[in-house]
Amino acid sequence: MIGEAFHREARTDAAQPRRPNNIREPDSAPGGFRHLDALEAESIHIMREVVAEANRPVMLYSIGKDSAVMLHLARKAFYPSRLPFPLLHVDTTWKFRAMYALRDKVAAAGDVDLIVHRNPEAEALGINPFDHGARHTDMWKTEGLKQALDRHGFDAAFGGARRDEEKSRAKERIFSFRNTNHHWDPKRQRPELWRHYSARIAKGESMRVFPLSNWTELDVWQYIEREGIEIPQLYFAAPRPTVIRDDMLLMVDDERFRLAPGEVATIRTVRFRTLGCYPLTGAIESNAANIAEVVAETLHARTSERQGRVIDSDHAASMEQKKQEGYF
Amino acid sequence: MHGVTSPALAAARPERDPGVVIPFASEQSLLRFITCGSVDDGKSTLIGRMLYDSRALLDDQLSTLIDGQRKSRNGKVRLDFASLVDGLSAEREQGITIDVAYRFFNGCRRKFIVADTPGHEQYTRNMVTGASTADLAVVLIDARKGVLTQTRRHSYLVHLVGIRSVILAINKMDLVDYRQSVFDDIVADYAAFAESIGIETFTPIPIVALDGDNITAPASLMPWYEGPTLLAALEAADIPQDRSPKAPFLMQAQWVNRASLDFRGVSGTVAAGSVRPGDQVRIAPSGLLTTIDRIVTMDGDLPVATRGQAVTLTFTEEIDCSRGDVIAAARDPIETADQFEIDLVWMSAEPLLPQRPYLLKMGGRTATATITDLKHRVDVNTLAREAAKTLPLNGIGVCNISLDRIIPFTSFKDNSDLGSFILIDRATNETVGAGMIRFALRRTRNIHWQSLDVTREAHALQKNQQPRVLWFTGLSGSGKSTIANLVEKKLLALGKHSYLLDGDNVRHGLSRDLGFTDADRVENIRRVGEVSRILANAGLIVLTAFISPFRAEREMVRRMMAEGEFVEIYVQTPLEVAEARDVKGLYALARQGELKNFTGIDSPYEAPEAPELIVDTCSMSPEEAAELIVAQVLAEAPGNLENRQ
Repeated sequence: MIGEAFHREARTDAAQPRRPNNIREPDSAPGGFRHLDALEAESIHIMREVVAEANRPVMLYSIGKDSAVMLHLARKAFYPSRLPFPLLHVDTTWKFRAMYALRDKVAAAGDVDLIVHRNPEAEALGINPFDHGARHTDMWKTEGLKQALDRHGFDAAFGGARRDEEKSRAKERIFSFRNTNHHWDPKRQRPELWRHYSARIAKGESMRVFPLSNWTELDVWQYIEREGIEIPQLYFAAPRPTVIRDDMLLMVDDERFRLAPGEVATIRTVRFRTLGCYPLTGAIESNAANIAEVVAETLHARTSERQGRVIDSDHAASMEQKKQEGYF
Repeated sequence: MHGVTSPALAAARPERDPGVVIPFASEQSLLRFITCGSVDDGKSTLIGRMLYDSRALLDDQLSTLIDGQRKSRNGKVRLDFASLVDGLSAEREQGITIDVAYRFFNGCRRKFIVADTPGHEQYTRNMVTGASTADLAVVLIDARKGVLTQTRRHSYLVHLVGIRSVILAINKMDLVDYRQSVFDDIVADYAAFAESIGIETFTPIPIVALDGDNITAPASLMPWYEGPTLLAALEAADIPQDRSPKAPFLMQAQWVNRASLDFRGVSGTVAAGSVRPGDQVRIAPSGLLTTIDRIVTMDGDLPVATRGQAVTLTFTEEIDCSRGDVIAAARDPIETADQFEIDLVWMSAEPLLPQRPYLLKMGGRTATATITDLKHRVDVNTLAREAAKTLPLNGIGVCNISLDRIIPFTSFKDNSDLGSFILIDRATNETVGAGMIRFALRRTRNIHWQSLDVTREAHALQKNQQPRVLWFTGLSGSGKSTIANLVEKKLLALGKHSYLLDGDNVRHGLSRDLGFTDADRVENIRRVGEVSRILANAGLIVLTAFISPFRAEREMVRRMMAEGEFVEIYVQTPLEVAEARDVKGLYALARQGELKNFTGIDSPYEAPEAPELIVDTCSMSPEEAAELIVAQVLAEAPGNLENRQ
């Protein structure tokens, strides 16, 4: 794949479009300030602004690659201080085992405080992705998140969402205002100008803040490679037990996975582009077994990463609706 | 990879080599740009086409495209690119984009972030928002229509918010038979206009967004055009990091990092120039001098930090530098002032009220600010200057602004971080305005406060009383004037010196030039506040009886007075009761629609949240209310009034 990329680049250089005299030939980025540096600086600026303005900020930590990048940026933003906010994992009890292992390792590192919240009602009712469909996401994630934010009185919560993921996110502000019911109103967003962010809210209201708004999936992978950030091994291809359901490749991660009569898990070499609850997260067949290969594969990706997520495909505007109800 | 590929999908993928490859990150820089034009100009199509040609579109997005494909005149299959770009479901139904959306794609040398904003007039606020973070603007023109009012409007706004690189994309060249004369005429037309508003250069490009002509690949049908494709022009444009590398160092302190007893650093994003350990810097507004010790990052100390980098600085000497202060090269200290002439874009449905206090936020610095003088409003269509008393949503004006404190600043043309700000409504926390500083007003330096030998304390001592401002607020007909009158009679009987400012009486003189619009009400209260302050300085107990419906103005008057001097008395009467009394017959007129902006009917009354006193006129007579107020005011020594009811 890398060979192909070089080949294509050479061809394009030969067919370089004509340039006018009045436009300067660009050098490489001046001062070594590359696009990843610009994105990093912007994210750090956003995080510092929240910590300076909010009474009780928190960082949503979902253990995925975006959370890993966000945590890494937060450490940079406040170095040499300890993180001035806790991490919050809104647990559904259905994440991949490898995700729980990494979460516990991060918590053990000692430089972060981790809060784990599980919706007690969902726990009592035994809500699960096999029996309860959309209710699973609604109770564990949306309701669980609201409960945790209310219980601890967090008035600003960092999330790792990016604008390239989904159409409604493309329009959301970096500082996203939520009313006392955690609802988002796309028609009443505060204008965001220059680098002046307003985090002012009344009692009971809150902000969701997205420091990775302007990053793309490729940026995230390139940054993970450049910075050597630890992410779950699930992102890298390996032989894993899988079944195909509704055109999705699902991994049989533990004994709770309900196989249909006669259904057997097949070992396939797969990896994941996003991580969520394992029975709801589609894998892709891939041989990209390390970060460099994942970056190369992302360069040529033909599908968007969230395609592997059941939550988005309920209907066309499902993410927008979930966000209005308080989902991240 | 897993997934089903339909023949339709395969057909929808870009066929020819679009001339774009995605490079490896190390050589890429970042360019943010905005596209300006209306749906009719093919703006969404252009963005969709750029995403498509640069292979930023993926199969699942392409399958949305297939549903919208249609045949063009010459039989070519044309994809409905616009459908990709128009985002939220409500907007899809209306068939327009109504907010700012951001898109991403890669060129050979650059990563691009596109702010997509609508071209409809009522959404100036969105365009200004999108443009404020852009380095470049692509102004889109329909070749059949040429330079339109909206072209001028967009160009003006783009220039106003500081964009200095403009690409003029003349679209739909296929519909004018690819004629060079059409292109040349539009370019000449635009050049004349651009010069008149201060746009020095622009790059014109003839394109057909739907077919991809001159987007990423040159168009064979327009051999007369020898300039760059749109993508090539975007790849070659200046980015802010290129500009003024020699500018003096400026950084606003965003957050003070106190990692331990031994570590105190100041974190921020470099706004201009560069800084090195050993550089002498001056902190504004304090003026303190110190030297940079280290530039601290998690990846190790840096030898230099330049514009755009987010760093943490430490100083060789412990000096005070808090959030909002500006660290500047000692040789080129930053100016400070508290009054400015500014360009203001109004972004709230609630119109701008001159004299109302708003919050001004410039990065990490917040101050209270009032617009003192609206010089003129700019009609964005004709660019004509018009006299105005207020700015409505999407209104643009030039005005004077006055702050409650001195702040470090630059002019907006010198630096966008330290020359711009947002205005925030204190009550709703909405961001209501975007301001750009032209220059500081020198007025404060020329008008000095005359110090007087007979002090306010001496005036008060002579009268043997504590000056007070008893501010009665409540609905029309609540009984403010009646009660205030009784209070004043009682004070006179007790040998106290007082003066009553009555709402109706003031309207006959001091404020006879004012009407009853929100803006005029604010100004009326400001005047009454100033007069009250003078009377209180003279040692008097001032009583005022004004509806004064807005919290913000009562708060403004409170801040004019000495601590504990302002006594807010809420004369509480339900609307039904006040309306039933209707002593002056005004409610009846308001209900009939003959009296506009009447508080309680078609203009709001914001009840006090924490008044010093509440008198409930349903449970006590005016006489009892007056007794209560006199007893309370005379019994309380200064400071004890905090015992709020």
